[in-house]
Amino acid sequence: MPATRPLPELVCPAGSLPALKAAVDNGADTVYLGLKNDTNARNFAGLNFDDRTAREGIRYAHQHERKVLLAINTYAQGGDISRWHRAIDEGAELGVDAIILADIGLMEYARRRYPALRLHMSVQSSATNYEAINLAQELFDIRRAVLPRVLTLDQVKQVIDHTRVEIEVFGFGSLCVMVEGRCLLSSYATGESPNSHGVCSPAKFVRWEHGSQALGARLNGILIDEYQQGEAAGYPTLCKGRFEVEGDTYYALEEPTSLNVMAMLPQIIDIGVAAIKVEGRQRSPAYVAQVTRTLREALDAAGREPQRFSVKPGWTQALSKLAEGQQQTLGAYNRPWK
Amino acid sequence: MRIPELTLPAAMASLLGRLPATPPCWALVTTLNQLKKRDILPADMSLLAGHSFEVHVQDAGLRLGFCADEQHFKVASVGTAPDLRLSANLADFARMMLREEDPDTLFFNRKLIIEGDTELGLIVKNLLDSVDWSSTPLQRFMAV
Ligand code: SF4
Repeated sequence: MPATRPLPELVCPAGSLPALKAAVDNGADTVYLGLKNDTNARNFAGLNFDDRTAREGIRYAHQHERKVLLAINTYAQGGDISRWHRAIDEGAELGVDAIILADIGLMEYARRRYPALRLHMSVQSSATNYEAINLAQELFDIRRAVLPRVLTLDQVKQVIDHTRVEIEVFGFGSLCVMVEGRCLLSSYATGESPNSHGVCSPAKFVRWEHGSQALGARLNGILIDEYQQGEAAGYPTLCKGRFEVEGDTYYALEEPTSLNVMAMLPQIIDIGVAAIKVEGRQRSPAYVAQVTRTLREALDAAGREPQRFSVKPGWTQALSKLAEGQQQTLGAYNRPWK
Repeated sequence: MRIPELTLPAAMASLLGRLPATPPCWALVTTLNQLKKRDILPADMSLLAGHSFEVHVQDAGLRLGFCADEQHFKVASVGTAPDLRLSANLADFARMMLREEDPDTLFFNRKLIIEGDTELGLIVKNLLDSVDWSSTPLQRFMAV
Protein backbone atom coordinates (compact mmCIF):
# COMPACT_ATOMS: atom_id res chain seq x y z
CA MET A 1 0.00 0.00 0.00
CA PRO A 2 1.45 3.37 -0.91
CA ALA A 3 2.16 5.06 2.40
CA THR A 4 2.05 8.37 0.58
CA ARG A 5 -1.72 8.53 0.22
CA PRO A 6 -2.90 11.69 1.96
CA LEU A 7 -5.53 11.21 4.63
CA PRO A 8 -9.04 12.01 3.42
CA GLU A 9 -10.45 15.28 4.72
CA LEU A 10 -12.89 14.80 7.59
CA VAL A 11 -15.98 16.82 6.64
CA CYS A 12 -18.36 17.47 9.54
CA PRO A 13 -21.87 18.94 9.80
CA ALA A 14 -22.80 22.23 11.44
CA GLY A 15 -26.41 23.20 11.98
CA SER A 16 -25.49 26.00 14.37
CA LEU A 17 -22.52 28.08 15.43
CA PRO A 18 -21.82 25.95 18.54
CA ALA A 19 -21.92 22.80 16.36
CA LEU A 20 -19.42 24.39 13.98
CA LYS A 21 -17.10 25.24 16.84
CA ALA A 22 -17.51 21.72 18.25
CA ALA A 23 -16.50 20.25 14.87
CA VAL A 24 -13.44 22.49 14.60
CA ASP A 25 -12.41 21.92 18.23
CA ASN A 26 -12.68 18.15 17.84
CA GLY A 27 -10.63 17.76 14.69
CA ALA A 28 -12.77 18.31 11.60
CA ASP A 29 -10.72 19.43 8.59
CA THR A 30 -13.79 20.94 6.99
CA VAL A 31 -17.30 21.89 8.13
CA TYR A 32 -20.38 22.26 5.98
CA LEU A 33 -23.36 24.43 6.69
CA GLY A 34 -26.53 25.84 5.16
CA LEU A 35 -28.47 29.09 5.23
CA LYS A 36 -31.77 29.57 7.02
CA ASN A 37 -34.04 28.78 4.06
CA ASP A 38 -35.07 26.13 1.57
CA THR A 39 -31.86 26.39 -0.44
CA ASN A 40 -30.40 23.54 1.62
CA ALA A 41 -31.57 20.03 2.38
CA ARG A 42 -31.83 20.51 6.15
CA ASN A 43 -34.33 23.35 6.11
CA PHE A 44 -35.53 22.80 9.70
CA ALA A 45 -37.13 25.45 11.87
CA GLY A 46 -34.52 27.25 13.96
CA LEU A 47 -31.58 25.45 12.35
CA ASN A 48 -28.77 26.82 10.18
CA PHE A 49 -26.94 30.12 9.72
CA ASP A 50 -27.85 33.73 9.16
CA ASP A 51 -25.39 36.34 7.98
CA ARG A 52 -23.98 37.07 11.43
CA THR A 53 -23.49 33.45 12.53
CA ALA A 54 -22.11 32.46 9.11
CA ARG A 55 -19.51 35.21 9.30
CA GLU A 56 -18.53 34.28 12.83
CA GLY A 57 -18.38 30.57 11.92
CA ILE A 58 -16.21 31.17 8.86
CA ARG A 59 -13.94 33.42 10.88
CA TYR A 60 -13.58 30.74 13.58
CA ALA A 61 -12.86 27.94 11.12
CA HIS A 62 -10.38 29.95 9.08
CA GLN A 63 -8.62 31.13 12.20
CA HIS A 64 -8.05 27.43 12.96
CA GLU A 65 -7.06 26.76 9.36
CA ARG A 66 -10.12 24.66 8.55
CA LYS A 67 -12.38 24.97 5.56
CA VAL A 68 -16.06 25.86 5.30
CA LEU A 69 -18.44 24.56 2.63
CA LEU A 70 -21.85 26.05 1.97
CA ALA A 71 -24.55 23.56 1.00
CA ILE A 72 -27.05 24.89 -1.53
CA ASN A 73 -28.22 21.42 -2.31
CA THR A 74 -31.91 21.65 -3.14
CA TYR A 75 -33.33 22.16 -6.61
CA ALA A 76 -34.37 25.70 -7.50
CA GLN A 77 -38.17 25.63 -7.69
CA GLY A 78 -39.95 27.11 -10.69
CA GLY A 79 -41.37 30.59 -10.53
CA ASP A 80 -38.79 32.20 -8.33
CA ILE A 81 -35.23 30.98 -8.39
CA SER A 82 -33.80 34.24 -7.06
CA ARG A 83 -33.43 32.76 -3.56
CA TRP A 84 -30.99 30.18 -4.88
CA HIS A 85 -29.06 32.74 -6.87
CA ARG A 86 -28.89 34.98 -3.83
CA ALA A 87 -27.62 32.11 -1.71
CA ILE A 88 -24.76 31.58 -4.19
CA ASP A 89 -24.01 35.32 -4.21
CA GLU A 90 -23.99 35.26 -0.42
CA GLY A 91 -21.64 32.28 -0.30
CA ALA A 92 -19.22 33.97 -2.69
CA GLU A 93 -19.40 37.17 -0.69
CA LEU A 94 -18.92 35.40 2.66
CA GLY A 95 -15.75 33.79 1.37
CA VAL A 96 -16.61 30.11 1.86
CA ASP A 97 -14.06 27.65 0.52
CA ALA A 98 -16.54 25.93 -1.76
CA ILE A 99 -20.24 25.68 -2.51
CA ILE A 100 -22.00 22.33 -2.66
CA LEU A 101 -24.59 22.34 -5.45
CA ALA A 102 -27.06 19.77 -6.75
CA ASP A 103 -28.91 21.67 -9.48
CA ILE A 104 -26.97 21.99 -12.75
CA GLY A 105 -28.76 25.26 -13.51
CA LEU A 106 -27.24 26.67 -10.35
CA MET A 107 -23.82 25.22 -11.24
CA GLU A 108 -24.01 27.15 -14.48
CA TYR A 109 -24.95 30.36 -12.66
CA ALA A 110 -22.19 29.98 -10.07
CA ARG A 111 -19.57 29.20 -12.68
CA ARG A 112 -20.57 32.13 -14.89
CA ARG A 113 -20.82 34.69 -12.09
CA TYR A 114 -17.92 33.55 -9.94
CA PRO A 115 -15.26 31.90 -12.10
CA ALA A 116 -12.89 31.50 -9.15
CA LEU A 117 -15.42 29.92 -6.80
CA ARG A 118 -14.78 26.26 -6.04
CA LEU A 119 -17.80 24.05 -6.73
CA HIS A 120 -18.66 20.65 -5.27
CA MET A 121 -21.34 18.39 -6.66
CA SER A 122 -23.83 17.39 -3.98
CA VAL A 123 -24.95 13.87 -3.18
CA GLN A 124 -28.40 15.14 -4.18
CA SER A 125 -27.17 15.34 -7.78
CA SER A 126 -27.20 11.57 -7.60
CA ALA A 127 -24.15 11.13 -9.82
CA THR A 128 -23.15 7.51 -9.40
CA ASN A 129 -20.78 7.08 -12.33
CA TYR A 130 -17.65 8.78 -13.64
CA GLU A 131 -19.27 9.81 -16.91
CA ALA A 132 -21.74 12.00 -15.05
CA ILE A 133 -19.03 13.44 -12.85
CA ASN A 134 -16.65 14.11 -15.73
CA LEU A 135 -19.41 15.82 -17.67
CA ALA A 136 -20.08 18.13 -14.71
CA GLN A 137 -16.39 18.86 -14.58
CA GLU A 138 -16.24 19.63 -18.28
CA LEU A 139 -19.27 21.90 -18.16
CA PHE A 140 -18.93 23.59 -14.78
CA ASP A 141 -15.44 22.76 -13.60
CA ILE A 142 -16.64 21.01 -10.43
CA ARG A 143 -13.72 20.04 -8.22
CA ARG A 144 -15.33 17.45 -6.01
CA ALA A 145 -18.31 15.10 -6.14
CA VAL A 146 -20.08 13.54 -3.18
CA LEU A 147 -21.09 10.00 -4.03
CA PRO A 148 -24.52 8.65 -3.10
CA ARG A 149 -24.44 5.86 -0.55
CA VAL A 150 -25.33 3.23 -3.11
CA LEU A 151 -21.93 2.15 -4.42
CA THR A 152 -19.75 -0.70 -3.27
CA LEU A 153 -16.15 0.03 -2.40
CA ASP A 154 -15.06 -1.48 -5.74
CA GLN A 155 -17.45 0.80 -7.56
CA VAL A 156 -16.16 3.82 -5.66
CA LYS A 157 -12.64 2.85 -6.72
CA GLN A 158 -13.80 2.47 -10.30
CA VAL A 159 -15.12 6.06 -10.21
CA ILE A 160 -11.94 7.41 -8.61
CA ASP A 161 -9.75 5.66 -11.20
CA HIS A 162 -11.58 7.37 -14.05
CA THR A 163 -11.87 10.96 -12.96
CA ARG A 164 -9.72 13.87 -11.89
CA VAL A 165 -12.56 15.19 -9.73
CA GLU A 166 -12.03 14.61 -6.02
CA ILE A 167 -14.37 12.02 -4.55
CA GLU A 168 -16.10 12.42 -1.21
CA VAL A 169 -17.97 9.55 0.44
CA PHE A 170 -20.23 9.29 3.46
CA GLY A 171 -18.64 7.89 6.59
CA PHE A 172 -21.20 8.12 9.33
CA GLY A 173 -24.83 9.01 9.92
CA SER A 174 -28.44 8.10 9.32
CA LEU A 175 -29.03 6.27 6.09
CA CYS A 176 -31.38 7.25 3.33
CA VAL A 177 -32.96 4.44 1.34
CA MET A 178 -30.93 3.70 -1.77
CA VAL A 179 -32.24 6.28 -4.20
CA GLU A 180 -30.52 9.35 -2.86
CA GLY A 181 -31.37 12.57 -4.54
CA ARG A 182 -34.33 10.97 -6.23
CA CYS A 183 -36.61 10.13 -3.33
CA LEU A 184 -40.12 11.56 -3.41
CA LEU A 185 -41.63 9.43 -0.65
CA SER A 186 -41.94 12.40 1.66
CA SER A 187 -43.84 14.36 -1.00
CA TYR A 188 -46.23 11.47 -1.34
CA ALA A 189 -47.29 11.90 2.29
CA THR A 190 -46.78 15.63 2.84
CA GLY A 191 -46.24 17.39 -0.49
CA GLU A 192 -42.69 18.31 0.56
CA SER A 193 -39.46 16.39 0.06
CA PRO A 194 -35.72 17.06 0.26
CA ASN A 195 -35.15 18.13 -3.33
CA SER A 196 -38.10 20.50 -3.42
CA HIS A 197 -38.35 21.91 0.11
CA GLY A 198 -35.10 20.88 1.71
CA VAL A 199 -36.70 18.58 4.22
CA CYS A 200 -37.83 14.98 4.49
CA SER A 201 -40.91 14.36 6.65
CA PRO A 202 -41.25 17.99 7.84
CA ALA A 203 -41.81 18.35 11.57
CA LYS A 204 -45.04 20.24 11.09
CA PHE A 205 -46.57 17.02 9.74
CA VAL A 206 -45.22 14.81 12.54
CA ARG A 207 -47.31 13.82 15.55
CA TRP A 208 -46.11 11.58 18.36
CA GLU A 209 -48.93 9.66 20.03
CA HIS A 210 -48.23 8.52 23.55
CA GLY A 211 -50.45 5.51 24.10
CA SER A 212 -50.37 3.36 27.21
CA GLN A 213 -48.59 0.57 25.32
CA ALA A 214 -46.69 2.18 22.50
CA LEU A 215 -45.40 5.41 21.06
CA GLY A 216 -47.01 6.03 17.69
CA ALA A 217 -45.41 8.17 14.99
CA ARG A 218 -47.75 9.76 12.46
CA LEU A 219 -46.76 11.68 9.38
CA ASN A 220 -49.64 13.79 8.09
CA GLY A 221 -52.00 11.31 9.71
CA ILE A 222 -50.32 8.22 8.26
CA LEU A 223 -49.12 5.83 10.95
CA ILE A 224 -45.42 5.30 10.21
CA ASP A 225 -44.38 3.22 13.17
CA GLU A 226 -45.19 2.15 16.72
CA TYR A 227 -42.44 1.73 19.27
CA GLN A 228 -43.05 -0.57 22.23
CA GLN A 229 -41.82 0.28 25.72
CA GLY A 230 -38.04 0.41 25.75
CA GLU A 231 -37.72 -0.01 21.99
CA ALA A 232 -35.43 2.55 20.33
CA ALA A 233 -37.28 5.16 18.30
CA GLY A 234 -36.20 6.74 15.02
CA TYR A 235 -37.00 9.67 12.78
CA PRO A 236 -40.50 9.37 11.33
CA THR A 237 -39.35 9.10 7.73
CA LEU A 238 -41.50 7.02 5.41
CA CYS A 239 -38.66 4.81 4.25
CA LYS A 240 -37.96 3.66 7.81
CA GLY A 241 -41.52 2.91 8.83
CA ARG A 242 -43.01 -0.47 9.57
CA PHE A 243 -45.83 -1.25 7.23
CA GLU A 244 -48.30 -4.05 6.82
CA VAL A 245 -47.60 -5.90 3.60
CA GLU A 246 -49.68 -8.97 2.84
CA GLY A 247 -50.45 -9.59 6.48
CA ASP A 248 -46.90 -9.01 7.75
CA THR A 249 -45.86 -5.81 9.55
CA TYR A 250 -42.18 -5.04 9.09
CA TYR A 251 -39.60 -2.58 7.76
CA ALA A 252 -40.83 -3.01 4.23
CA LEU A 253 -38.41 -0.44 2.74
CA GLU A 254 -35.45 -0.02 5.04
CA GLU A 255 -34.43 -0.63 8.63
CA PRO A 256 -33.54 2.42 10.69
CA THR A 257 -29.78 2.03 10.72
CA SER A 258 -26.78 4.27 10.64
CA LEU A 259 -23.87 4.04 8.30
CA ASN A 260 -20.49 3.57 9.93
CA VAL A 261 -17.42 2.98 7.76
CA MET A 262 -14.84 2.83 10.51
CA ALA A 263 -13.94 -0.78 9.80
CA MET A 264 -13.11 0.11 6.18
CA LEU A 265 -10.98 3.19 6.75
CA PRO A 266 -7.69 1.66 5.51
CA GLN A 267 -9.32 0.60 2.21
CA ILE A 268 -11.02 3.97 1.85
CA ILE A 269 -7.68 5.71 2.24
CA ASP A 270 -6.02 3.23 -0.08
CA ILE A 271 -8.35 3.74 -3.03
CA GLY A 272 -7.77 7.49 -2.86
CA VAL A 273 -10.98 8.91 -1.42
CA ALA A 274 -10.45 12.67 -0.97
CA ALA A 275 -12.93 13.30 1.83
CA ILE A 276 -15.18 11.51 4.31
CA LYS A 277 -18.43 13.16 5.22
CA VAL A 278 -20.43 12.92 8.42
CA GLU A 279 -24.20 13.28 8.12
CA GLY A 280 -26.26 15.26 10.62
CA ARG A 281 -26.64 19.01 10.35
CA GLN A 282 -29.91 18.53 12.24
CA ARG A 283 -28.08 17.10 15.24
CA SER A 284 -26.75 18.90 18.29
CA PRO A 285 -23.25 20.15 19.13
CA ALA A 286 -22.92 17.17 21.48
CA TYR A 287 -23.36 14.75 18.56
CA VAL A 288 -21.00 16.68 16.32
CA ALA A 289 -18.33 16.72 19.03
CA GLN A 290 -18.60 13.01 19.77
CA VAL A 291 -18.65 11.83 16.16
CA THR A 292 -15.88 14.19 15.06
CA ARG A 293 -13.60 13.24 17.94
CA THR A 294 -14.11 9.53 17.34
CA LEU A 295 -13.62 9.61 13.58
CA ARG A 296 -10.59 11.90 13.92
CA GLU A 297 -8.92 9.34 16.17
CA ALA A 298 -9.87 6.42 13.94
CA LEU A 299 -8.78 8.17 10.76
CA ASP A 300 -5.42 9.18 12.24
CA ALA A 301 -4.87 5.62 13.46
CA ALA A 302 -5.72 4.17 10.04
CA GLY A 303 -3.34 6.64 8.41
CA ARG A 304 -0.47 5.81 10.75
CA GLU A 305 -0.65 2.04 10.61
CA PRO A 306 -3.08 0.85 7.96
CA GLN A 307 -1.91 -2.79 8.22
CA ARG A 308 -2.46 -3.01 11.92
CA PHE A 309 -5.61 -0.93 12.04
CA SER A 310 -8.50 -2.31 14.03
CA VAL A 311 -11.60 -0.61 15.32
CA LYS A 312 -11.31 0.15 19.02
CA PRO A 313 -14.30 -0.94 21.12
CA GLY A 314 -14.45 2.55 22.63
CA TRP A 315 -15.00 4.07 19.16
CA THR A 316 -17.80 1.68 18.33
CA GLN A 317 -19.41 2.32 21.66
CA ALA A 318 -19.25 6.09 21.26
CA LEU A 319 -20.78 5.98 17.79
CA SER A 320 -23.43 3.34 18.36
CA LYS A 321 -24.92 5.35 21.18
CA LEU A 322 -25.54 8.20 18.76
CA ALA A 323 -26.83 6.14 15.88
CA GLU A 324 -30.42 6.20 14.79
CA GLY A 325 -32.00 2.81 15.40
CA GLN A 326 -28.87 1.82 17.34
CA GLN A 327 -27.74 -0.39 14.52
CA GLN A 328 -24.80 0.28 12.30
CA THR A 329 -23.90 -1.05 8.91
CA LEU A 330 -21.22 -0.66 6.28
CA GLY A 331 -24.06 0.14 3.90
CA ALA A 332 -23.44 -0.57 0.24
CA TYR A 333 -19.66 -0.37 0.58
CA ASN A 334 -19.25 -4.04 1.38
CA ARG A 335 -22.03 -5.49 -0.76
CA PRO A 336 -20.88 -8.20 -3.17
CA TRP A 337 -22.55 -6.43 -6.13
CA LYS A 338 -20.54 -6.30 -9.31
CA MET B 1 -17.69 17.22 34.52
CA ARG B 2 -19.81 14.17 33.75
CA ILE B 3 -23.26 13.78 35.13
CA PRO B 4 -23.68 10.47 36.94
CA GLU B 5 -26.40 8.02 35.93
CA LEU B 6 -28.86 8.87 38.61
CA THR B 7 -32.59 8.94 39.16
CA LEU B 8 -34.07 10.86 42.05
CA PRO B 9 -35.76 8.56 44.58
CA ALA B 10 -39.52 8.26 44.27
CA ALA B 11 -39.97 9.75 47.73
CA MET B 12 -38.33 12.94 46.51
CA ALA B 13 -40.74 13.15 43.60
CA SER B 14 -43.76 12.82 45.80
CA LEU B 15 -42.35 15.44 48.17
CA LEU B 16 -41.29 17.90 45.47
CA GLY B 17 -44.48 17.23 43.57
CA ARG B 18 -46.48 18.54 46.51
CA LEU B 19 -44.53 21.79 46.78
CA PRO B 20 -45.76 24.69 44.69
CA ALA B 21 -44.03 24.70 41.30
CA THR B 22 -44.08 28.49 41.08
CA PRO B 23 -40.60 29.31 42.50
CA PRO B 24 -38.61 26.99 40.17
CA CYS B 25 -40.83 28.02 37.32
CA TRP B 26 -40.28 31.68 38.08
CA ALA B 27 -36.53 31.03 38.19
CA LEU B 28 -36.67 29.31 34.82
CA VAL B 29 -38.64 32.09 33.19
CA THR B 30 -36.40 34.79 34.70
CA THR B 31 -33.30 32.99 33.45
CA LEU B 32 -34.74 32.66 29.97
CA ASN B 33 -35.63 36.35 29.86
CA GLN B 34 -32.17 37.33 31.12
CA LEU B 35 -30.42 35.15 28.55
CA LYS B 36 -32.59 36.62 25.87
CA LYS B 37 -31.99 40.17 26.98
CA ARG B 38 -28.23 39.67 26.89
CA ASP B 39 -28.50 38.17 23.41
CA ILE B 40 -27.15 34.84 24.62
CA LEU B 41 -30.40 33.07 23.78
CA PRO B 42 -30.91 33.99 20.11
CA ALA B 43 -34.67 33.47 20.33
CA ASP B 44 -36.85 34.45 17.41
CA MET B 45 -39.87 35.26 19.58
CA SER B 46 -42.18 35.41 16.59
CA LEU B 47 -41.79 31.62 16.35
CA LEU B 48 -42.58 31.10 20.04
CA ALA B 49 -45.17 33.82 20.71
CA GLY B 50 -48.61 32.63 21.68
CA HIS B 51 -47.42 29.14 22.59
CA SER B 52 -47.45 27.39 25.95
CA PHE B 53 -44.72 25.08 27.17
CA GLU B 54 -44.24 22.58 29.95
CA VAL B 55 -40.99 21.13 31.21
CA HIS B 56 -41.76 17.96 33.13
CA VAL B 57 -38.92 16.78 35.35
CA GLN B 58 -40.23 13.27 35.87
CA ASP B 59 -38.14 12.02 38.77
CA ALA B 60 -38.53 15.30 40.64
CA GLY B 61 -42.26 15.33 40.07
CA LEU B 62 -41.94 18.90 38.81
CA ARG B 63 -44.02 20.46 36.08
CA LEU B 64 -42.83 23.89 34.98
CA GLY B 65 -45.27 25.74 32.80
CA PHE B 66 -44.57 28.90 30.89
CA CYS B 67 -45.61 30.73 27.78
CA ALA B 68 -44.19 33.32 25.42
CA ASP B 69 -45.38 36.54 23.86
CA GLU B 70 -43.63 38.71 21.28
CA GLN B 71 -41.20 40.01 23.92
CA HIS B 72 -40.98 37.76 26.96
CA PHE B 73 -41.35 34.39 28.58
CA LYS B 74 -43.99 34.31 31.32
CA VAL B 75 -45.00 31.89 34.06
CA ALA B 76 -48.18 30.08 33.11
CA SER B 77 -50.27 27.56 34.95
CA VAL B 78 -50.06 24.02 33.71
CA GLY B 79 -52.91 21.63 33.70
CA THR B 80 -54.41 22.18 30.32
CA ALA B 81 -52.50 20.56 27.50
CA PRO B 82 -49.51 22.78 26.62
CA ASP B 83 -48.53 23.25 22.99
CA LEU B 84 -45.27 21.52 23.78
CA ARG B 85 -44.31 19.27 26.66
CA LEU B 86 -40.76 17.97 27.21
CA SER B 87 -40.39 15.22 29.80
CA ALA B 88 -37.22 13.62 31.11
CA ASN B 89 -35.43 12.84 34.35
CA LEU B 90 -33.36 15.57 35.97
CA ALA B 91 -30.01 13.99 35.05
CA ASP B 92 -31.00 13.75 31.38
CA PHE B 93 -32.20 17.35 31.27
CA ALA B 94 -28.87 18.36 32.80
CA ARG B 95 -26.93 16.32 30.21
CA MET B 96 -28.88 17.94 27.45
CA MET B 97 -28.37 21.46 28.78
CA LEU B 98 -24.64 20.94 29.36
CA ARG B 99 -24.24 19.39 25.90
CA GLU B 100 -23.06 16.06 27.22
CA GLU B 101 -25.86 14.38 25.37
CA ASP B 102 -27.60 15.03 22.10
CA PRO B 103 -31.41 15.44 22.48
CA ASP B 104 -31.98 13.20 19.45
CA THR B 105 -29.95 10.46 21.13
CA LEU B 106 -32.06 10.81 24.27
CA PHE B 107 -35.17 10.74 22.15
CA PHE B 108 -34.07 7.61 20.22
CA ASN B 109 -33.36 5.99 23.59
CA ARG B 110 -36.79 7.03 24.86
CA LYS B 111 -35.31 9.08 27.67
CA LEU B 112 -36.74 12.33 26.35
CA ILE B 113 -40.45 12.50 25.63
CA ILE B 114 -41.79 15.15 23.28
CA GLU B 115 -45.53 15.75 23.26
CA GLY B 116 -47.62 18.23 21.32
CA ASP B 117 -46.45 20.37 18.41
CA THR B 118 -43.43 18.59 16.93
CA GLU B 119 -42.28 21.58 14.92
CA LEU B 120 -42.35 23.76 18.03
CA GLY B 121 -40.24 21.09 19.72
CA LEU B 122 -37.72 21.32 16.91
CA ILE B 123 -37.63 25.11 17.19
CA VAL B 124 -36.92 24.87 20.91
CA LYS B 125 -34.28 22.18 20.45
CA ASN B 126 -32.51 24.15 17.75
CA LEU B 127 -32.74 27.30 19.83
CA LEU B 128 -30.99 25.61 22.77
CA ASP B 129 -28.39 24.16 20.39
CA SER B 130 -27.62 27.55 18.94
CA VAL B 131 -26.72 29.18 22.27
CA ASP B 132 -23.02 29.95 22.08
CA TRP B 133 -21.98 29.39 25.69
CA SER B 134 -18.36 30.05 24.78
CA SER B 135 -19.19 33.75 24.91
CA THR B 136 -20.47 33.49 28.52
CA PRO B 137 -19.00 32.70 31.94
CA LEU B 138 -21.04 29.47 31.88
CA GLN B 139 -18.67 28.04 29.30
CA ARG B 140 -16.62 26.08 31.82
CA PHE B 141 -19.67 24.01 32.77
CA MET B 142 -20.28 22.91 29.20
CA ALA B 143 -19.15 19.59 27.80
CA VAL B 144 -18.86 21.08 24.33
S1 SF4 C 1 -38.02 9.00 2.82
FE1 SF4 C 1 -36.11 8.07 3.44
S2 SF4 C 1 -34.99 7.73 1.55
FE2 SF4 C 1 -36.58 9.23 1.13
S3 SF4 C 1 -35.58 11.20 1.44
FE3 SF4 C 1 -36.59 10.63 3.35
S4 SF4 C 1 -34.97 9.62 4.56
FE4 SF4 C 1 -34.28 9.66 2.43
